[in-house]
Amino acid sequence: MTDNALIEKVDVKGAIAALKEKFPEAVKDDSRQGYSGIIVDRKQLVEVARAIKDDFGFDYLSSATAVDYHGIADEMEMVYHAYRISGGPALVFKAQTPRNNAEIPSLIDVWPGADFQEREAWDLYGIKFPGHPSLKRILLWEGFNGHPMRKDWKEAYYEEDHKPFGSRWPGGWIRRAEELNVYGKNVSYPADFDLSKLSDRSEETLYNDLGLGVTVQEMGGSSSLKTDRLVVNMGPHHPSTHGVFRMIVTINGETIETLEPVMGYLHRNHEKIGERNTFLHNMPFTDRLDYLSSMGNNVGYALAVEQLLSQNARFQKPNYRAEVIRVLMSELTRIVNHYWAIGFLLNDLGAFFTPALYAIAEREKILDLFEATAGSRMMCNYMRFGGVAKDLPERLRSVAVKANDMVRDYNTMDYLTELINERIPRSIDELDNYLSESEIIKERTVGVGYLSPEMAVAYSTAGPLLRASGVPYDVRRADPYSIYPELDFDVAVRYNGDIYDRYLIRLDEMRESVRILKQILPRLEKTRNENPVPPKQHTPRVPLGESYGRVENPKGELGYYVVSAGDEKGPQNPWRYHVRAPSFINLTALGPMSVGHKVADVVAILGSIDIVLGETDR
Amino acid sequence: MYGKGIVNGLWVTFTHFFNTYIDDIRYAGRKYLRQENFEVRQGLKTQGAFTVQYPDEKLAVPERFRFVPFLVTEDQDPAHVGEDWCTSCGICAKVCPPQCIWIVRGSDPKTGRPVPQPEAFFIDIDICMNCGFCAEFCPFDAIKMDHNYELASYDRTHHHIHDKPHLSKPHTYWKTIAPTTALEEAVERGGWEHSDTLKGMKKAGQQAVAPTKENMFPVQVAPVAVAETPAKQERPAKPEAAPVEAKPAAPATEASAADAPKKPKFDKQAMLAKIREKKGG
Amino acid sequence: MAQLDLRELNATEFPIPAEMQGNVAITSLSKVYNWSRRSSMWPMLFGLACCAIEMIATAAARYDLSRFGMEVMRASPRQSDLMIVSGTVTKKMVVPIVRLYNQMPEPKYVLAMGACASGGGPFKEGYNVVSGIDMFIPVDVYVPGCPPTPQALLYGLIALQKKIDGQSLANLDDVPWYGVGPSEPTPIPILGPDIIDPRQMDLIRRQAQLAAEGKPHTVREIPAPMKVAQVQQVPAKTQPAASAGDDPAKAERLAKREAALASKKEAEGGTAQAVAEAPAPAAAPDAQPKKKFDKQAMLDKIRERKGN
Repeated sequence: MTDNALIEKVDVKGAIAALKEKFPEAVKDDSRQGYSGIIVDRKQLVEVARAIKDDFGFDYLSSATAVDYHGIADEMEMVYHAYRISGGPALVFKAQTPRNNAEIPSLIDVWPGADFQEREAWDLYGIKFPGHPSLKRILLWEGFNGHPMRKDWKEAYYEEDHKPFGSRWPGGWIRRAEELNVYGKNVSYPADFDLSKLSDRSEETLYNDLGLGVTVQEMGGSSSLKTDRLVVNMGPHHPSTHGVFRMIVTINGETIETLEPVMGYLHRNHEKIGERNTFLHNMPFTDRLDYLSSMGNNVGYALAVEQLLSQNARFQKPNYRAEVIRVLMSELTRIVNHYWAIGFLLNDLGAFFTPALYAIAEREKILDLFEATAGSRMMCNYMRFGGVAKDLPERLRSVAVKANDMVRDYNTMDYLTELINERIPRSIDELDNYLSESEIIKERTVGVGYLSPEMAVAYSTAGPLLRASGVPYDVRRADPYSIYPELDFDVAVRYNGDIYDRYLIRLDEMRESVRILKQILPRLEKTRNENPVPPKQHTPRVPLGESYGRVENPKGELGYYVVSAGDEKGPQNPWRYHVRAPSFINLTALGPMSVGHKVADVVAILGSIDIVLGETDR
Repeated sequence: MYGKGIVNGLWVTFTHFFNTYIDDIRYAGRKYLRQENFEVRQGLKTQGAFTVQYPDEKLAVPERFRFVPFLVTEDQDPAHVGEDWCTSCGICAKVCPPQCIWIVRGSDPKTGRPVPQPEAFFIDIDICMNCGFCAEFCPFDAIKMDHNYELASYDRTHHHIHDKPHLSKPHTYWKTIAPTTALEEAVERGGWEHSDTLKGMKKAGQQAVAPTKENMFPVQVAPVAVAETPAKQERPAKPEAAPVEAKPAAPATEASAADAPKKPKFDKQAMLAKIREKKGG
Repeated sequence: MAQLDLRELNATEFPIPAEMQGNVAITSLSKVYNWSRRSSMWPMLFGLACCAIEMIATAAARYDLSRFGMEVMRASPRQSDLMIVSGTVTKKMVVPIVRLYNQMPEPKYVLAMGACASGGGPFKEGYNVVSGIDMFIPVDVYVPGCPPTPQALLYGLIALQKKIDGQSLANLDDVPWYGVGPSEPTPIPILGPDIIDPRQMDLIRRQAQLAAEGKPHTVREIPAPMKVAQVQQVPAKTQPAASAGDDPAKAERLAKREAALASKKEAEGGTAQAVAEAPAPAAAPDAQPKKKFDKQAMLDKIRERKGN
């Protein structure tokens, strides 16, 4: 969004050189092996960040995350990935702090999108961010013991630092983890635990901040109309929150004054588990992030690790067929996801289940393909480092084993051709015909939940949410990966930034996906004889260093920040495994978008962001 | 005109509603329980999605489908019937992401040295994430992903830790549920036998029979019908709760009857006794 | 699935006098009651994680839950009969779940869908994950799988229907909601430094006391991996004898374990005895089983109480 054309011409290297010139004391190169970018002195972090954003045009903060280097160095660091909204590679900058009394100035004034990510770093790492207006725990509850992502924090079921655990083989007599724990349940308490002081602080803190209680406001001078200011809780099991998401809204009359998202109800400790896993172990765990688009998650993680592996001379990049299959799966996933998003947006608008039924009927056909190819309907676990797990099967065939089993047997290419050329376009048109012109939907959605392009970028939103606000930012074009550069498609953009446009842009994107898939089909035929499966290797030697792999997932930009600290002989586990989840960061914009609307609209606004809680809470 | 969009949408709904009856007429009576019609209904040529009448007609799962793993045992070679293909090398336990596989490596009772047979093998299916890594990375094709998804039970303390008797299934079962994959694997090994047996044969100068579709099921051992799982046999009788194994008495379809004729069931107990005998002696 | 066999209907648990037979059809109330209950199970409309998507897919066109009378998913716990716990139960989420369970009117059933809800699943080792919802509320049917396919869920639901079919109105264990007085609500866990189950207060208090006295407060310590030999030398005779008295379920489990041990010994031949006398794992066999034993009994008691 910068208007200085000259600055746009400066590439990342030029920007770093200029920054070093401007802040000679604060900025230095990150010279560790395998690392890139700059290390900024935390005292001057805000000024440097301002320069990065305003002077050099890196206006989109993609990811901000913490890393604990306990055992390597006695410090923690925040890693920021800033991009230009016009495209191009990232400027990576870091700020370091000692582990005791960790403090790094907040960048929320520079990039408001850092809000949730800094709260997460506080919650999980215990880094304080002076300048952050409400630095509260975000995924765990207030009163939780410790900051769990620190390397020296151990949970109740802690076994070993790295998988594979020694207790599994060769003397693996099974013991369930809950039987090992002293309390018999999944519990851990601080050493100085005092039972008499036990209380549930989490709810109090939540409500106290909002000023619980009813305040009566007088409307206007002479009018006798009085309204109550009320705090209303929605969730976490509310059916329209798309899972276990919770919102606490303060309403004045019926109008929303503030909206506080509360999450963490599905915080499954992906990152803590991921740092214990080997690199390959994480692949099926990525399926369970955005569980509607597991294929896309797989691709993102494979890209991040392949970036690291490519330093290794022996590593072979995925061949052309593997890339074709990856794109095929990613785009089918996008279609699946958008069917779901549209269906359930309509659910939230009150058209209970009928549009959703029509939308997800076609999804089943795609899932049949996934099941026959990867082995599971949802948790595909299909990508491997350097390719895919298995080639597409010759025939999508099932085998009758049980009584009453009904067999299906289709030729894969015929199935795909029929699906891509006939069924999916037909059902997209049907959805369009069914919903787009409906006056009820228009009444409910046009002009509701407006997000301006400036705010969309500032809040680091991604995906359809960003593009519906008129910002044509798509990782497939802005920072291309795989074979997207040779494919012919347009980045779908809409300009009104309301719910209706977010609905329409999903239809547009599905049509673009179909366009891509039609180009994929001949490529699949052409590469029939190539083998997309890499040699089997369960513990690849991952060289030292960091990488940030990102893909345009259906919900937005999905990024994996992976740090490998292992050498050739050491344990092969990621030192840091961070997921930049689009759903999580898109939610930053939920509060500002909802203010001034009614409670019923909030449900629709949330539906239009299209979150999935597995990814939001991780 | 205001309201046109709504009418349009209602028309789409009506078409959907109407089309189901058109379809009923088209298939008049022959709609269910017939293989050809089923394939058409679940295929891409029809419009919309058709309901699978679950217990009466089940959607057969594809070959690559993965549910909880099972262990392959020998059932073809008369000299080694009942022996595990597993050599307890521990690779599956290492690649298992949630670490749900516990293996006790077998040891010779006399010398104490490890032998290539697992003494015990446990999989906690409450932890298993069905990722299929164990099957993918097993160098001996000894652990495979099962296709039996009907595992619901009333109690998890007993039934959700699968031990070796529970996990073991004959190789013929694997060939039945995944013929193509099994053939590919056999071609890669160089024969239908276990890779160690093949190695031994090579040493002895014997030539293994090249695996083809035709010699997949040798005559003496018939393919195993897998109507029931061991889980159900071992479930303790609960007086008040009706056991799950009381299957809906639906007539077997022509298709499934042709595909998997009822064959004598694999006698696991006898096999286990044999193993024990061999180990003890 | 819901055919009512009239012949069965007439076969009641009460003897019918000869002169009455043929004149009056005495139907078993249980049968009608169970049939009506299981044919209109209304699940609660709430999903937790990945499994919820498969649950919705089950309710959608292709698998169609309404064939079982279950399509009426109620958003309010007050109107629902069945809670499908579909996904990973986190410590933060278990509080609302238990609260929702308490709000459901009896008769109520719980189906744990997927590995996570049954026993923690792949995320079990995580610091915020509860290893199984049955730690807090009683579960009727467990459906394994990650995630279970819609057909697997349907199989689980049919199993639940079968379970209901087997319940008898004459047996208060089956239908506790016809007992005297209102039933006890399940205590709602507290989010303290970690999740705290109020039913475990005694245990926690004792541990806290131990910690105060400076005795080892081994919350996070895990005993060294048991060696093969160590398991074998657990005296198979003393354990069941001491425990079988107080709890039949426990006895059953122990018997199973004993059988397993015996079979192992058989396989090992005479060597097991020799290994048992090896000096390597000092003190552990004595101290450990005893301690573990206490806890087990305690847990069983808790479970028993919970069950009622």
